Amino acid sequence: MQSLSNRKKVLEQKPMNFWERIYLPAIFKGLGITIKHFFKPIPTVKYPEEERPYSKNFRGQHSLKRDEQGRERCTACGLCALSCPAEAISMISAERQKGEEHLYREEKYAAVYEINMLRCIFCGLCEEACPKEAIYLDGPHVTADYLRKDFIYGKDKLVEPRFDYKEKHEPTA
Amino acid sequence: MELAFVIEKVILVSLIFVITLVIAMYSTLAERKVAGFMQDRYGPDRAGPFGILQPLCDGGKFFFKEEIIPAGAHKSLFILGPTIAIITACIGSAVIPWGQTLTIGERVIELQVTDVNIGVLYMFGVVALSVYGIMLGGWASNNKFSLMGAVRAASQSISYELAMGLSLIALLMVTQSLSLKEIVEQQSGFVNWNIWVQPLGFLIFLICAFAECNRVPFDLPECETELIGGYNVEYSSMKLGLYMFAEYIHMFVSSALMATLYFGGYNFPFMNDLGLSQNWITIIGVLVFFAKIFAFIFFFMWIRWTLPRFRYDQLMNLGWKVLIPLAIANIVLTGVITIINDTFF
Repeated sequence: MQSLSNRKKVLEQKPMNFWERIYLPAIFKGLGITIKHFFKPIPTVKYPEEERPYSKNFRGQHSLKRDEQGRERCTACGLCALSCPAEAISMISAERQKGEEHLYREEKYAAVYEINMLRCIFCGLCEEACPKEAIYLDGPHVTADYLRKDFIYGKDKLVEPRFDYKEKHEPTA
Repeated sequence: MELAFVIEKVILVSLIFVITLVIAMYSTLAERKVAGFMQDRYGPDRAGPFGILQPLCDGGKFFFKEEIIPAGAHKSLFILGPTIAIITACIGSAVIPWGQTLTIGERVIELQVTDVNIGVLYMFGVVALSVYGIMLGGWASNNKFSLMGAVRAASQSISYELAMGLSLIALLMVTQSLSLKEIVEQQSGFVNWNIWVQPLGFLIFLICAFAECNRVPFDLPECETELIGGYNVEYSSMKLGLYMFAEYIHMFVSSALMATLYFGGYNFPFMNDLGLSQNWITIIGVLVFFAKIFAFIFFFMWIRWTLPRFRYDQLMNLGWKVLIPLAIANIVLTGVITIINDTFF
């Protein structure tokens, strides 16, 4: 049949000559290849001790941000939950009481804020939707766990720690 | 027999026993490390620094696994199988000369358990015995697949023993002695190594040693991928571990044997020109001997991670139609050259 691509190669099987039949030259060639690999640098990254450099726009675990005075920025508007294509975010809002001005920036805040990390696809749309610059996917990898319920991260895991926090008790959620 | 002699031998035997086991143990780690490096990755490196505790973990795992003796198996023979395998693997090291003599005070200590004047024959007998471990294990399992595996392994061992024996005959024609100690003493100096007079014999012996140790490319007795394992399908826990361990001990002993027979044993170049005392020469000699052994063990592993496994008919073809005629030709050639040498030079 005529070749259409002009790339057809006819393979012929020639009988092996003496050197091919005694196999030893081929074996030594093979040994040469393996010993060359023996001294090659190893590309493995030993993960827990050593990390591959991440991209600058890597999207990892979410963190709920605080403002300059350490108050939670989130106002529980629900835009992140609305924009989430995986429906991973849910929240319950509450009204700020008198005397809580140092905890929450707006009059309304998220009393419960949960992200199901098994549903999350780390697309970053919540980050884009947020009008208050309250949520960023700037954390590390979400680590493995044993139970599904442990993948629903609440405010205890999501809100970033307050570095100037002096009071003993946490704000009640 | 005086008491000091007995103590000396007991110490030597236990020392060799321990060294053999430790080397076999760490060969398992070295194997995986070598495999790793040859495939551009690290081997096991999580248990201790560089993974040096890995053999302990593996051993511990073997001991804690459930031990199953099949209901239809012949119980005593089933246990005897791995026992024979490991014992025959260990006793081979009795005749290997590990070094020259050490002088401590008045006593002159030979670094060889026993210098029997038929050392080579003894080695050969021990190697032949090791088939029984595999054969018994396969047969006592009362499983047709392990029996077939055992028959396969036994016929492989027997075929390659033949070529191995023939290649040794040519060597013995050169050395004129069956004592391993004497064979080593004859090879003093780099140019006197037997590899230079018996290159073909060494090649045949090496190939047969691979086959006798059931190493790649001759590891058909226990090839998990195509032939469902072989003689050891019914074995579990430490009994399986002992079979695998026996393979590594075999590898160590046959490396020692090859170093002894063809590569000058504990002899090293310029050993008599350095002007050292006898004790120092002995100690360096022992180290050199072990270096040679390790080189051979590395070679075993290097081959393993380079070559694929033979098909069974190729294995038999190589054994019967290539190696045995070659070995016989080697004997004839050796004889002719010896006669020419004796009459004309």
